[in-house]
Amino acid sequence: MTVEAMVEPESGAIGVDRLLAAGPDARWAQHATRFGALDAAAAAPTLLAELEASGLGGRGGAGFAAWRKLAATLEAGRRPGARPVVIANGSEGEPLSHKDATLLRHAPHLVIDGLLAAAAAVGASDAYLYAAEPGLEAVRAAAAERADAARIRFVAAPDAFIAGQATAVVNAIENGVALPRDHTRRLSESGLRGRPTLLHNVETLAQLALVARYGAAWFRAVGTADDPGTRLVTIAGDVALPQVLEVAGGTRIAEVLRAAGADTSRLAAVLVGGYHGAWLPADALDAPLSPAGLAPFGAHPGAGVLLALDRTRCGVEATAGIVSYLAAQSARQCGPCRFGLPALAETWNRLAYASHDSGLAARAWELTDTVDGRGACAHPDGTARMVRSAQRVFADDLRLHAHGGCARAAR
Amino acid sequence: MTRLDPRGASPDAPVPAARLHIDWTRCDGRGLCTELLPELLDRDEWGYPIARSLSDRSDVPVPPELEQAALDAVTLCPVIALRLTRR
Repeated sequence: MTVEAMVEPESGAIGVDRLLAAGPDARWAQHATRFGALDAAAAAPTLLAELEASGLGGRGGAGFAAWRKLAATLEAGRRPGARPVVIANGSEGEPLSHKDATLLRHAPHLVIDGLLAAAAAVGASDAYLYAAEPGLEAVRAAAAERADAARIRFVAAPDAFIAGQATAVVNAIENGVALPRDHTRRLSESGLRGRPTLLHNVETLAQLALVARYGAAWFRAVGTADDPGTRLVTIAGDVALPQVLEVAGGTRIAEVLRAAGADTSRLAAVLVGGYHGAWLPADALDAPLSPAGLAPFGAHPGAGVLLALDRTRCGVEATAGIVSYLAAQSARQCGPCRFGLPALAETWNRLAYASHDSGLAARAWELTDTVDGRGACAHPDGTARMVRSAQRVFADDLRLHAHGGCARAAR
Repeated sequence: MTRLDPRGASPDAPVPAARLHIDWTRCDGRGLCTELLPELLDRDEWGYPIARSLSDRSDVPVPPELEQAALDAVTLCPVIALRLTRR
């Protein structure tokens, strides 16, 4: 571990400036001044242990402990002839989310540091960065500023919701087709061209670059014991100032929303974690934005998206709109998703706009149960999770809709 | 994790339960598997196989007495959408 420029957390209104500490549009000069160069080879021997002690969770959506994937790839790389691969995933197909694009623009060198440190730690021979424009170009320009990044290969991600699903990323790099594919083994065992593959979200890798520099204890100095460090959050919807913020782990959701100018007393609900996330009722906004804090609500921070819904809006209509979007984003490869999501969207649209049919709610439940767990990727499962949360949080509203009413406030 | 590779397993180690893996990208709902394995699989409204259990619906646990029927389903699936795995 190299400690060249110890960064003291700077407390902002609610959070800290760690990932974005080198300032806006940081080029190599600002990055080197703020963080110093990272010697990936020197950090490699202790990285796994530091990462485990840090408690860093993946920032791409699933929240899987970052060290576990690294350990599994390292283990699989011991097979004779196995040459591991590392992939930085910045595709961010979720239309509500802008945190990866923000990170790639303002802190590209931290992402490169993390990618190279992870590659050194697992003995990878190849490193890829997969992202949509303009983020991809920002990192490409940053890589050109330094000598150690010449071997990183850049692959453009299409602007599609499912393009960031793990097997779609591998498929895109391998075959130029950003569609999920069937798999019976983890990517860490058999990923890109059958090689052990470590796939991490770009924010996870940027956080990893900080752990590689400053260690686990430093990482844990911010946040809570069960949600250490910081996370990037995109705050969208009915807030005065939609934005990306870096907040300490375990910050209360209401606090994050208020930092973006939300009047939390006016909110009906908040969608946490994006379109594959879960609705949280207005009386639960004191919950911390952490895996443990959200678990009682069947929610998870996911990729850090908060969508605020004002009480003058209808949660049933909002959900119908999201299900329609998700149905249109099906890759149409897997039957239950291809046929089930459009049927689910149609049912929700009828619930929202043309109800007077008490059988619709039961039909929505049935279709949700039908699609769940029956696809090559998590698209149907994520859709089912979001829909089930809507059925809980907007239960009263759904009953009103069944009789032609609606729970939205007048003003 | 238990692997298919028998070299690492001790002779007394219990054989791990088989699972029927459904490749949804290949499956087009011909329904042969649901006829061979009615105990495990039903058909959804579009004809695709749907596990009677509510979990592991893409990797359906197969009890030993149904393994032969599951193997038949794997062999007879016209679009090669099924595989028997152990883990």
